[in-house]
Amino acid sequence: MGIVSPGFHGRRRGGVTLPPGQYLTEDFPVLSTGPTPRVPVETWKFTVTTELGQEYHWSWPELLALPSETPTVDLHCVTKWSKLGTTWQGVSLDTLLEEVESAADYALVHAYGGYTTNLPLQDLLDGQAWIVYRYDGEDLPAEHGGPARLLVPHLYLWKSAKWVRGIQLLDQDEPGFWETAGYHDYGDPWREQRYQGD
Amino acid sequence: MARTAVSRRLTWRVARLAETREETATARTLVFDVPGWPGHLAGQHVDVRLTAEDGYTTQRSYSLAAPADGDRVELTIQSVPGGEVSPYLTEVLSPGDPVEIRGPVGGWFVWRPADPAPVLLVAGGSGIVPLMAMVRAHRRAQARTPIRLVYSVRTPADRYYAEELRRSHPGLDVTHLYTREAPGGEARKPGRLTIVDLNAHGWPPDFGPDCFVCGPTGFVEKAAGILVNLGHAAHKIKTERFGPSGG
Repeated sequence: MGIVSPGFHGRRRGGVTLPPGQYLTEDFPVLSTGPTPRVPVETWKFTVTTELGQEYHWSWPELLALPSETPTVDLHCVTKWSKLGTTWQGVSLDTLLEEVESAADYALVHAYGGYTTNLPLQDLLDGQAWIVYRYDGEDLPAEHGGPARLLVPHLYLWKSAKWVRGIQLLDQDEPGFWETAGYHDYGDPWREQRYQGD
Repeated sequence: MARTAVSRRLTWRVARLAETREETATARTLVFDVPGWPGHLAGQHVDVRLTAEDGYTTQRSYSLAAPADGDRVELTIQSVPGGEVSPYLTEVLSPGDPVEIRGPVGGWFVWRPADPAPVLLVAGGSGIVPLMAMVRAHRRAQARTPIRLVYSVRTPADRYYAEELRRSHPGLDVTHLYTREAPGGEARKPGRLTIVDLNAHGWPPDFGPDCFVCGPTGFVEKAAGILVNLGHAAHKIKTERFGPSGG
């Protein structure tokens, strides 16, 4: 047990189990590192690049033409807030990667604006990740990553790159933006993997 | 992009409250003694962990308000009405009482006194805190780079660090903007930040300033968008947002 702070009682939650160190919020806080990129859907493009350099592209109409899903998921941000029961609409990475030939083990996600984040490829598969373009029944606002963002809710939210523009498949793990700046390489909220060494 | 490689493990350290200073009616600066504190850069933040007698714990992140100073760690905390943590920290925690702290965290929203570019700091409300660490680091290092602070608050009574910012120091220009109520004699009518404000009190983009913007989400979206429209390169604009949260 940690050091007790005298007179601190805290506010217990009834019935909700959150990952360690997280607290519940009803708001949807925004976190990003610079100005919000404005990406017109007319020029939007999503690219998967394999470890052999082969490229697969989707335009905005092509993305919207793919079968979509409406996952309802909990979000856990490394800055401590969790938001439960958020509903999205988008295309499963299983669908997007179905035709992609690759034996890679890792993925480096790229975003408009230059942001990157890395994760094992298997964390993008088996119904665990989507490219989403609607939130709570509305088009995804730019400050929350619109027109489209990655959603990979079983990891801390910095892995769910906003303004996603592509995924690079790699044989070797390559750390992304926050992973290079002291944050955990994998980022499992239930194991409280916030920072390197956690 | 300059990044800080942090490869050591961040451990929880006991932090004892040494002294407090009132900044506004609802914000207080807490100065902690943290034996073994590894130091930090201006702009970084820490995680604070509170534990109750029955073992219940909760954590929050707070920006550091001052540059590294041995074992001293300084936070300024806005009390959020009904919040779980901030009212305790600002009203209950007494000198000598312990909390736990780990950090420093964040290697992106940082300024180093050796950075050569002019600096523009744009603060909204409690977003001044990490920017004040930069102002203080600039003063302490007697840095020769010019630094401008544009600080938007509701009313004069909402200004943090009012006396210290009034004194200023060589190389620092401070502009206060008021959104609700301005002091007597202020020519600018109270209102939210506009392109005119940042055009008048910021740097021209061709000076290549490093811009740091911190505040609530709406403020940061507005300010960063204005800077882009004025011609500042997106990669020269670093943002940190204080979303409304559980306090």
